[in-house]
Amino acid sequence: MQISFILNGRPTSVEVEPSMLVADLLREQLDLTGTHVGCDTSQCGACVVHLDGVPVKSCTLLAPALDGATLLTIEGLQGEPGSNRLHPMQEAFREHHGLQCGFCTPGMLMTAIALAQDKPNLTEAEVRHGLEGNICRCTGYQNIVVAVMAGAAAMHAAGGE
Amino acid sequence: MSNVIGIGAAPKRKEDQRFLTGRGNYVSDIKIPGMTAGVFVRSPHGHAVLRGIDKTAALALPGVIAILTGEDVAADGLGTLPCGWGISNAQGVPMKEPPFPVLAQGKVRFVGDMVALVIAETPEQANAAADLLDIDYEVLPAVVGVLDAVAPGAPQLFDDIPNNICCDWELGDKAAVEAAFRKAAHIAKLSLVNNRLIGNPMEPRAAVADYNPGTGQHALWTTSQFPHVVRTLMSGLVLKVPEHKVRVVAPDVGGGFGVKQFHYGEEAALAWAAKRVMRPVKWVASRSEGYLSDRHGRDHVTEAELALDETGKFLAFRVKTLANMGGYLSTFGPNIPTNLYAPLLGGVYTTPAIYCNVKVVFTNTVPVDAYRGAGRPEATFVLERMVDVAAAEMGIDRVEIRRRNMIPKEAYPYQTPVLVQYDSGDPMGCLDGALAAADVAGFGARKAESARRGKFRGLGYSTYVEACGLAPSRFAGRLGARGGLYESATVRVHPGGQVTVLIGTHNHGQGHETTFAQIVSEKLGVAFDNVDIVFGDTDRVQFGMGTYGSRSLVVGGAALSKAADKVIVKGKKIAAHLLETSEQDIHFEAGKFSVAGTDRVKTFEEIAGAAYVPHNYPLEVLEPGLEEQAYYDPVNFTYPGGCHICEVEIDPETGVVQLLNYTAVDDVGTVINPMIVEGQLHGGIVQGVGQALFENAVYDDGSGQLLSGSLMDYCMPRADHMPMMNIATHSTLCTHTPMGVKGCGEVGTIGSPAAVINAVVDALSHLGVTHVDMPATPNRIWRLLQNASLPIAAE
Repeated sequence: MQISFILNGRPTSVEVEPSMLVADLLREQLDLTGTHVGCDTSQCGACVVHLDGVPVKSCTLLAPALDGATLLTIEGLQGEPGSNRLHPMQEAFREHHGLQCGFCTPGMLMTAIALAQDKPNLTEAEVRHGLEGNICRCTGYQNIVVAVMAGAAAMHAAGGE
Repeated sequence: MSNVIGIGAAPKRKEDQRFLTGRGNYVSDIKIPGMTAGVFVRSPHGHAVLRGIDKTAALALPGVIAILTGEDVAADGLGTLPCGWGISNAQGVPMKEPPFPVLAQGKVRFVGDMVALVIAETPEQANAAADLLDIDYEVLPAVVGVLDAVAPGAPQLFDDIPNNICCDWELGDKAAVEAAFRKAAHIAKLSLVNNRLIGNPMEPRAAVADYNPGTGQHALWTTSQFPHVVRTLMSGLVLKVPEHKVRVVAPDVGGGFGVKQFHYGEEAALAWAAKRVMRPVKWVASRSEGYLSDRHGRDHVTEAELALDETGKFLAFRVKTLANMGGYLSTFGPNIPTNLYAPLLGGVYTTPAIYCNVKVVFTNTVPVDAYRGAGRPEATFVLERMVDVAAAEMGIDRVEIRRRNMIPKEAYPYQTPVLVQYDSGDPMGCLDGALAAADVAGFGARKAESARRGKFRGLGYSTYVEACGLAPSRFAGRLGARGGLYESATVRVHPGGQVTVLIGTHNHGQGHETTFAQIVSEKLGVAFDNVDIVFGDTDRVQFGMGTYGSRSLVVGGAALSKAADKVIVKGKKIAAHLLETSEQDIHFEAGKFSVAGTDRVKTFEEIAGAAYVPHNYPLEVLEPGLEEQAYYDPVNFTYPGGCHICEVEIDPETGVVQLLNYTAVDDVGTVINPMIVEGQLHGGIVQGVGQALFENAVYDDGSGQLLSGSLMDYCMPRADHMPMMNIATHSTLCTHTPMGVKGCGEVGTIGSPAAVINAVVDALSHLGVTHVDMPATPNRIWRLLQNASLPIAAE
């Protein structure tokens, strides 16, 4: 079936199998490999993307659900394609060493940005609770939590997203 | 131009930009024209005779290209998967080493054992064919636990390995230990289980294989911590093709923790299959498939006894362990519960006599091998729990009994009775630092406050040492290693003075691209931004043993330091020529070659330029170019250590253990990048906390089914399980590594499980609880409280 949606700011139209998962569509058909798949039970969160501004696990979403929607992936975070400018949350993860192997990082960032959008003054407890659906094996979460709080503050200082 | 960022600085990581923007290059991201999909068919039974495989229906499905089985493996004459360590018993009798075929032949020995490889145009078609493969199994009883496996009448995995015992291994002076026990004032005893773990790097394993008939070249992209070792083992022993005809690439790898430091059957099967079908083949494991095939960790059952004199001095330590190897020997398997375990049983203490017996046992489970810490967390857990048990029984404070037995700083280098000699350390300094940082003095008030809320608060200590920086080749060879354990680095200076380093270690989260660039920046005075680190490709990097055992900085960094020194030596020769003086008069500092006592100077860039444009150059005595290589084989392990203090609160209503405070003061030697070291400690500690509180790989006895077979069933630590940790370093310098470094990758995982469980036991000690096995889940604690409260309350 044919579906049309806005992908990282650009109108996109693709032919998909109705049974295709969004994570597979992105990775296999659209060559956007920044969205990762770390499990098969919707636990790890490496595949989180924003569907109409809401964080969702793309490994558990069927591609037809994208029709008419707006999708943001890690590749679309920086604004202009090819720009090396980082989103304030990406900048905070770099500044506070909130990543090691990088595999969970795209999902962490997408979840963190959504958390910060919802709540301007995130507490440590809210961040830790808000990251429950994202697993990181490398960092012990400490620097991720620090980065999310700093990134949230930077996002709001910059006036929203 | 100099923007030198050297040792001790904390620049942001070079590798971050690509990971933050979704532009990493992981194996599962790779696509090659003409690529096919490979799916492994795995045994659903823990133990069965493989009577036959009917491929007919599966082969008839659309898109199916080939279905390969153990018969095809045998027909093509492939070798079996090699074990890299051969251990022996005290009489010198070698371990039993059954063949580990690439695809199962005759029998399957664990759920997940590979039976067939299905290759089709798409993963969907391959999966459909895998479902239709008609495999005739004669199911046998399975045995999963070590105690059951060695019991009379247990199912036997191999006809020629009685009682499933691979090796009955021992270390230490048994007679001296027995003599010490005879004169002991007190003997403390402890039985414990070190729970089986699944490593769970967030990136599942994956591989892409290709074969070029025009060149006869195999290429394999794989999620590996040691691509050169995969190439050597796979080419020489399994595929039996010349090593120079095989390229192995491990690009960005999403975490390893040991799980990716083995040569897996999937790698060899895919490389072989790509040649058979003359198409590239890609396989990506699902998480659940990883649970059934990634090598597991730990899984010990141990009885320990500590002999003490009347003052609490340790006289002797005796440990008997049954260690689970799973269904076959993995790459490092038998080395982990023996050579990386027993030599650490001395810990930071002066115990004069130690004896350890380890029965290495086959079971119908996934092969067990190294997982972050690998043997050393198990040793630390036994010892640090034993110390607490002895302290409680003798009525001696837990800190005081540690102090009475600790190796004083002045006593280093210190020879233990179990092979290893610690070069440096200050365990008392780490302990004092941690006691202050954890506000142990204020614990009583905090415990009282918890009690007012009906909660039990506990404090736990772990003062530990580990052996890492694997390792001196000669020493490892004596212990049974079948390979070397050096490391190599090439420093390639470009004509413009920029530097590319080619190094044999592998970066999969540790920040090597940053740390190693700092070393080069400091040594050569080259701008940090002008240094790039290349790793993970056997066609680009000369050779290397890879990354595991906290060895990358200790061994690889040392090779890099040596190679940089060679660049300076050659640069001095060039500078001497250009400055018309003798080599001895050239002084190199901060990127400048100068004639001592004058203002005559050549910059590093000028020397590089002269080396590549040798118009004015001593060509009679010196080759052009500026590229140097070094191999480094250390003289000893390094011995990081430290003190961890954990504070927990237990809710007796629910059994939930909440971790309230965690303090670590670690001695990792020289710190190159404190930001990265702290990150390694955070991650390591939480993996240890995971073992202590949450993680457990559980098999069903009889069937051999893995019950904890997904992330739904195997509890990984989450962000809200942890408080902010309080991390500090208290460094003594390693006396034999070039920069005084000791390694920091595993210390967190080694020190933490004992600290956590000691805190849990402390919280429950008023109820008569003396030990809690890991993981201390709410269920386990709650049951313990239900059982404890009745008889104990009556006492």
